[in-house]
Amino acid sequence: MVCEMETDQIEEMDVEVLSSMWPDDVGTQADNQFNVEKPAGDSDTLKEVDIAEKRTMADLKRLPELLNTTDQGSSQLTNLVRQWEYMQDHAVRLLREELKILTRQREEAEAKELKIIEEHNFETEEPESVPVLDETSHLFRRFRQKKRDELVDSKRVVIDEEFDTVAYWKQKALSLEKMLEASTERERRLIEKLNESLKTMESHSAPVEELTQNLKRAEGFLHFILQNAPIVMGHQDKDLRYLFIYNKFPSLREQDILGKTGVEIFHGGGVKESEDFKREVLEKGKASKREITFETELFGSKTFLIYVEPVYNKAREKIGINYMGMEVTDQVRKREKMAKLREDNAVRKAMESELTKTIHITEETMRAKQMLATMSHEIRSPLSGVVGMAEILSTTKLDKEQRQLLNVMISSGDLVLQLINDILDLSKVESGVMKLEATKFRPREVVKHVLQTAAASLKKDLTLEGNIADEVPILVVGDVLRIRQILTNLISNAIKFTHRGKVGIKLKVISEPSFASDKEQNETSVWICCDVYDTGIGIPENALPCLFKKYMQASADHARKYGGTGLGLAICKQLVELMGGQLTVTSQVNLGSTFTFILPYKVATSDDHSDDQDEFSDMVDHHQPEPDDTTEGYFQFKALLGSIYSNGGPVMGSNFLPHKAMLTSPIKLINGSVADPSNSSGQSQTVQVENGGYMDESESAHQYGNGNGHRCSYKESESCSSSQASSEMESELTVSSPREEEKTETEVKETSQPKILLVEDNKINIMVAKSMMKQLGYTMDIANNGVEAINAVKDTSYDLVLMDVCMPVMDGLKATRLIRSYEESGNWDAAIEAGVDIKTSESEQGCERSTDRLPIVAMTANTLAESSEECYANGMDSFISKPVTLQKLKECLQQYLQ
Amino acid sequence: MELGQMQKSLQDYTKSLFVEGILDSQFLQLPQLQDESNSDFVSQVVSLFFQDSDRILNDLSLSLDQKVVDFEKVDPYVHQLKGSSSSIGAQRVKNACVVFRSFCEQKNVEACHRCLQQVKQEYYLVKNRLETLFKLEQQIVASGGMISAMDLGF
Repeated sequence: MVCEMETDQIEEMDVEVLSSMWPDDVGTQADNQFNVEKPAGDSDTLKEVDIAEKRTMADLKRLPELLNTTDQGSSQLTNLVRQWEYMQDHAVRLLREELKILTRQREEAEAKELKIIEEHNFETEEPESVPVLDETSHLFRRFRQKKRDELVDSKRVVIDEEFDTVAYWKQKALSLEKMLEASTERERRLIEKLNESLKTMESHSAPVEELTQNLKRAEGFLHFILQNAPIVMGHQDKDLRYLFIYNKFPSLREQDILGKTGVEIFHGGGVKESEDFKREVLEKGKASKREITFETELFGSKTFLIYVEPVYNKAREKIGINYMGMEVTDQVRKREKMAKLREDNAVRKAMESELTKTIHITEETMRAKQMLATMSHEIRSPLSGVVGMAEILSTTKLDKEQRQLLNVMISSGDLVLQLINDILDLSKVESGVMKLEATKFRPREVVKHVLQTAAASLKKDLTLEGNIADEVPILVVGDVLRIRQILTNLISNAIKFTHRGKVGIKLKVISEPSFASDKEQNETSVWICCDVYDTGIGIPENALPCLFKKYMQASADHARKYGGTGLGLAICKQLVELMGGQLTVTSQVNLGSTFTFILPYKVATSDDHSDDQDEFSDMVDHHQPEPDDTTEGYFQFKALLGSIYSNGGPVMGSNFLPHKAMLTSPIKLINGSVADPSNSSGQSQTVQVENGGYMDESESAHQYGNGNGHRCSYKESESCSSSQASSEMESELTVSSPREEEKTETEVKETSQPKILLVEDNKINIMVAKSMMKQLGYTMDIANNGVEAINAVKDTSYDLVLMDVCMPVMDGLKATRLIRSYEESGNWDAAIEAGVDIKTSESEQGCERSTDRLPIVAMTANTLAESSEECYANGMDSFISKPVTLQKLKECLQQYLQ
Repeated sequence: MELGQMQKSLQDYTKSLFVEGILDSQFLQLPQLQDESNSDFVSQVVSLFFQDSDRILNDLSLSLDQKVVDFEKVDPYVHQLKGSSSSIGAQRVKNACVVFRSFCEQKNVEACHRCLQQVKQEYYLVKNRLETLFKLEQQIVASGGMISAMDLGF
């Protein structure tokens, strides 16, 4: 309802100009204008009001009858009569009052006369001696009165003559006569006036005329009020036939309406309803209101607020209805609009609050994830310290029991590290922090490398094989780091659950899968399907669905038996999906499982080695690659248990990074640092790979438990010649010869004091780090930002750079990238391009060093932005988390300065 | 005060700093770096820290009071302070800085103001405590005592 609307909206509506209820241009024929009376010509208040049209029509025969028979009609007449009577009463009262005044005046006059006579008597008694006249003559008395009047008016009749003389009396008689005349005159006037009054009284006594005028006035007033109002009024008899209508629709004529029912006049929606409503009122005998919307051909869609009251005759019988309709179309429309707006508003508000809630939840989740990542990082740093120390401890002389305890400690530590790394990876993918790199790489090499790595730590009698179809491109572009991570994860998973038989990787090119989005497809793109298969225990079908879920393993039994975090596969799946691919699994219990992932790669257009950015470039460049190295399609590796000592061949420690540091760092070997009693025979090639305690595979820890310094070895299968393999492995895992030579030179020159550069902007950190270095017996140079670092590296040949990540001017990541680019290209073009002011006096040794890789260790704070992954991705070799401690620094120096 | 008593109270006082979390184990790194050639390394580093931090806090207050706060400027200050406080083991200052940086990232001026107050509070606390610590040490040295790294430990 309108009244429910808010106040301001009502106001808004009030100021709006009302459109006329009926259209203006519809018929104005004369017969539509039914005049009940002539325009009011008389001097009433409405005479200046222009009563333009009177759209009234009435059944003239019936109307007076109606007025006479109905209550309302008779009351109206009664009213008029009463009013007239009142006015007549008033006039009579006025006349009476006037009459009263006149009577009083007459009485006064008589009283005066009496007084005069009395006075005269008195005078007669005393000075007068003519009592005869005094008593009998009325006239005489009048004279006396006159005389007395004069006395009263202090116009005493002055009589000059002597008292009681003839002259005196004569005079007195004369003056009295005058007074009498005046009195007579007054009397005459009063009578005249009385007559006049009587005459006017007669003229006022026409009631009909008065009534007519009053009626006219009432009529005029009604017209004045109603002429522009959007109101239709009418009277209908008890059959609902119109007897009277005011302000009807202009195009309808009298004969169209009078004597007809609404249904007969109009057609369309609402007509029936209004008819029913009227009938209802008639039946119930109670006036009521209703809002009805009409949909008629005649005047379209209009809403009326209709008031209907029953009409009774004097015998209290219903004889029809009066009805009044007010057009409220605009109001209704506005009201509906308002309601709709309010509804919309409510919906929007609800949606808004829902959205806010969602945003809030999302923010909370993100914060929680970031928190998790930060926490993981915080835990990882000290834990790697613990594991690293434990490993160093394991190289010292220990008895059997101590060694066992230590082994448990290391493997537990490794497990926790693995878990934390997994969590970090997961939360990074989920929070969208994980960025993919696009680098060129050789799929064959990746497969080979992954298998080699796995074989190196293999403790089971398994065959590891790699099979790459010929059509697989030699060089493709993708995020090799992540792909290696996936492969390593799947392979180690496969090995874990396989006790005999083989584990392998199969690569083949497939056509574009159906789930691929079209836009990413272009000519240089290729889809490679990678199967990682094993002949292991297999996965029961019911366990397959939750296989890729976080923290889930096929069964609690397996979890106990095989350990692991249950995160590995979840990460693989997420990574694959992040790269736009798909990871699936098929498996048969006791026969084996095959994990298949398909990924799109861009085919690298050029096979030019010089701009080859992939991780193996230094490895490949440092030795002459075998002619078929890039196209070799089949590899096989086998763990040959217990064969190390018998063949005296190359034996290597397998404790290197499986998929992180190893790819980015040339692995430094600490010759002879393994104080292994069983190895005291001086096998020069028995080495231990240090990796800053950054070990991901739990298997790698177990090697310590395999008896006294028992090392796993690998052996190339028949497909690769053993000489090839050994030379290759040598080149990968030992310091390449050019560097060795150079290093010796440097050592000689610098009297074996290694040159270290610290790049750090925080004074306090510099002070602390410098003191630590001093404590450890080293000195170092300081650069305050990336640009200074680049200049320092250009001018001096350093053995190690400790690089802060977050610095002003140029951060550590960029500086490292530029240094790496120099090492690859032999020039500082990239740095110059980046705006670094490089002094052009390039020394010869710079060119010499350009082939060498400078170890750069990041110093990171515990934030996502300074993640270890990013450090590796930017070409750093390792990282120390801040704050730097003596222990961490010592480990780092041991790793890189041997 | 007797020397032994002083040494005992120094130990207790140091311990309380760790217990209250004002310092963390990183602080223990510092005495290890002291030797004959630079015997007051700890106080040198710490006073450098005070100097540096006073300046940073001053700069931070100025930056945050600007009409339009330039977070590109604010963040490096906080980073700097975080780095140095973490290096000397002023744990609570460091933690406050971590929170501060997260609000810098969100560009939340109001929260940054709160954080600055928090950082200042923590900083003045650690400053106050460390100054007292050094005073105690000086007293011990003046009475002919020795300060060993162990005294600073638990």
